[in-house]
Amino acid sequence: MIDSPAKLKSYTENLSKNSKPATTILVSLGTCGIAAGTRPINDLLKSEAASRKADIEIVEVGCMGLCHSEPSIEVVNNATGKSIIYGKVKVEQVPAIIETASKGIEAASCTVINRSWFYPEENETATSEKIQARIVLKNTGKINPEILDHYIANKGYQALSKVLFDMTPQQVLDTVIDSGLRGRGGGGFPTGKKWAFAAAQKADQKYVLCNADEGDPGAFMDRAVLEGDPHSVLEAMAITGYAIGSDTGVIYIRAEYPLAVKRLEIAIDQAKKQGLLGKNILGSKFSFDIMIKYGAGAFVCGEETALIHSVEGKRGEPTVKPPFPAIEGLWKKPTVVNNVETFANVCAIIRNGAAWFKKIGTAGSPGTKVFALAGKVKKVGLVEVPMGTTLRQIIFNVGGGIMNDRKFKAVQTGGPSGGCIKFDQLDTEIDYESLKRLGSMMGSGGMIVMDEDDCMVNVAKFFLEFTLDESCGKCTPCRIGNKRLYEMLHKICDGRGTRETIQNLKDLSNSIKDTALCGLGQTSPNPVLSTLAQFEHEYLAHIDEKRCEAGVCKKLLKYEINNSCVGCTLCARNCPANCIAGSVKQKHSIDQSRCIKCGVCMDVCKFHAVDRK
Amino acid sequence: MSCPIKSKAELAKLSPEKAEELDAYLTSLPLTEDRERNRGFLIQSLHKAQEIFTYLPSVVQIHVANRLGLHLAEVYGVISFYSYFTDKPVGRYKINICTGTACFVKGADKLVEEFQRYLGIKLGETGTDGKFSLTGLRCVGACSMAPVVMVNDRVYGNVTTKMVPEIISDCK
Ligand SMILES: Cc1cc2nc3c(=O)[nH]c(=O)nc-3n(C[C@H](O)[C@H](O)[C@H](O)COP(=O)(O)O)c2cc1C
Ligand code: SF4
Ligand code: SF4
Ligand code: SF4
Ligand code: FES
Ligand code: FES
Repeated sequence: MIDSPAKLKSYTENLSKNSKPATTILVSLGTCGIAAGTRPINDLLKSEAASRKADIEIVEVGCMGLCHSEPSIEVVNNATGKSIIYGKVKVEQVPAIIETASKGIEAASCTVINRSWFYPEENETATSEKIQARIVLKNTGKINPEILDHYIANKGYQALSKVLFDMTPQQVLDTVIDSGLRGRGGGGFPTGKKWAFAAAQKADQKYVLCNADEGDPGAFMDRAVLEGDPHSVLEAMAITGYAIGSDTGVIYIRAEYPLAVKRLEIAIDQAKKQGLLGKNILGSKFSFDIMIKYGAGAFVCGEETALIHSVEGKRGEPTVKPPFPAIEGLWKKPTVVNNVETFANVCAIIRNGAAWFKKIGTAGSPGTKVFALAGKVKKVGLVEVPMGTTLRQIIFNVGGGIMNDRKFKAVQTGGPSGGCIKFDQLDTEIDYESLKRLGSMMGSGGMIVMDEDDCMVNVAKFFLEFTLDESCGKCTPCRIGNKRLYEMLHKICDGRGTRETIQNLKDLSNSIKDTALCGLGQTSPNPVLSTLAQFEHEYLAHIDEKRCEAGVCKKLLKYEINNSCVGCTLCARNCPANCIAGSVKQKHSIDQSRCIKCGVCMDVCKFHAVDRK
Repeated sequence: MSCPIKSKAELAKLSPEKAEELDAYLTSLPLTEDRERNRGFLIQSLHKAQEIFTYLPSVVQIHVANRLGLHLAEVYGVISFYSYFTDKPVGRYKINICTGTACFVKGADKLVEEFQRYLGIKLGETGTDGKFSLTGLRCVGACSMAPVVMVNDRVYGNVTTKMVPEIISDCK
């Protein structure tokens, strides 16, 4: 039991005194690392190190954020502190990596990755290669999330100790308000202010609720934090509890994240055993317990009132605000709802002070933001950058530009509630307000890059289909209105749209925005309005010329065989509809009435003899 | 039928071991006389039940309702709201194609078409032999490997239409 701040201090000091092996090898074992095959590599690293009796410790860590280069590992020389990161590691390379590990040199014929981030808390600063700043992701990829000592050795639970013994709840509130921290779940509401509302309520019970629903399809920041550094969220929730006067925390997590659930359960259990959660934390008068509740596949449950209903075991339907959860939330008690990433900032703010935090980011949006960079970008991954970084830096510096050197078309932020941003807007410095001005929004951090092969009408249709699936059906504008929007987009994609359809799209979108009950419906037309504003010419091409430039909308496509055909018969043999006729060494032809426009013929032809029109 | 003893007996007809496993889980919950509080355990109970029975037939629903002191209608209302729960039997292999945004821009729709064609079933259906179910799901958080297909717990990344037969043949 660690039952006093003095004990925490001596415990932490002892951990750092423990003699370390000469070399530490960190292996990325998050969901995507595992899927990319880090497990066999981890096993082999362990057995190789053991059989050579090498002074090497293998540590299983969460995501390093280098998704594009999974399986990835980091070899740290503990004497010099120098490290080498290897990407796309193959099992065959393991012996060479173990061999060179203790020598501090790079293993031959392995892919070495340059670290592109710095740690503000270690007094590091940005350089031209290191434009990412890790505050939230400080520990992910560095510590074993299933071992509490690793967290403690990295300043863990010091912030909680500090607030419990050196600060009043009011001082905690003041620090968080002063830091300017804003909600990372999408809205950007000032976190300290929200806490202060709840703190001001007189009630026999209050709750701290962590929103780990991460519903934006294409976003995985919260998963990475929970899988890689679960204690940072638990510690922050306890600090929140102290600040507002609550002894109970609830984490609402989506069912699709089994590994994150497992690591949270382990972390809660360990923290309780050490007296860092539960009754009389660190020997103080403050008690705080945390339980986990599970989602069941409903996007709308990310909305805070729906989430509360879901925790209560009801259908996750939103209700009108006010009352806001801070006044009347879970079981009708004052409840602070914050996103995972919001919580993950809190301990660093307490440890280093509000002034330190405000030095990072912009005046209106201090700190960093984690983005899940995905889509048609070369280096897909987790990116944490100071607010105010430009989209161009994220996509072209960190992300390495567009896959297969295709042309950039748009980047989508804010998920199904957000919008698309064009090439000429890439130099915008991102913060909550600037993205809103571009007709998009910060959202939770999904960032999907699209290239010239993506049709923007189809993209809008995709998001609408998502909204339709996920609408809870409680109010008409969302349930019926979105269905009509979807049908209109469908019409345009099929070549049946008219100029009037565009006007109808705009009118209906605006009326849904104004009349829907919750955030889901109010923001659902955003992808339509934003693609219309930025890419109206694509809509017009579908309508006036019956042409889909990106070659996506099937009804508007036609495959034809040109004179380069040498009659190799490959396409005919591969066509799933069996609709290509022609004999050997004769020009082939496509029966248009039966063609299903799958594009296989074009893909397989080695002579560029198939055209898509 | 609001008696948990009777509904457990009905459940045991489906499988005595499974009935026992679910009942043991429900017993482990700190349930009280307070219906509102008990309701807070409904979703996790249904998760457990679906994990045990693979789907939620009405006998399971009735038993959960009885043990938590809720109406069957309330339980059913929750099941129908959340896409994760199903009251229809599913195949032994649940093929889940991710149709989240990252997978969408990397061509998930082509995979849906190919799986439908290859298995001869539509999205949301289970084959007549009960071996395969085909479903769509919104993001498993492995977007870096988009497009992603999950078969039961196994994740396949960077899937192409050419890999479809291979994935199916992995399901033995
Ligand atoms: C349809 C909808 C979905 C949402 N999904 C999420 C989500 O997945 N995760 C999240 O943290 N917030 C989500 N939110 C925002 C929450 O309602 C809430 O504002 C947020 O959790 C507050 O935390 P923050 O202030 O720390 O951002 C969603 C909102 C709406 C309207
Ligand atoms: S806007 Fe849509 S999701 Fe929100 S309450 Fe209305 S129907 Fe439900
Ligand atoms: S694959 Fe190309 S070259 Fe061969 S028959 Fe088909 S169109 Fe002609
Ligand atoms: S597009 Fe597909 S269906 Fe049409 S001719 Fe080519 S291979 Fe056959
Ligand atoms: S390596 Fe885990 S988020 Fe990509
Ligand atoms: S969108 Fe498919 S895994 Fe995220």
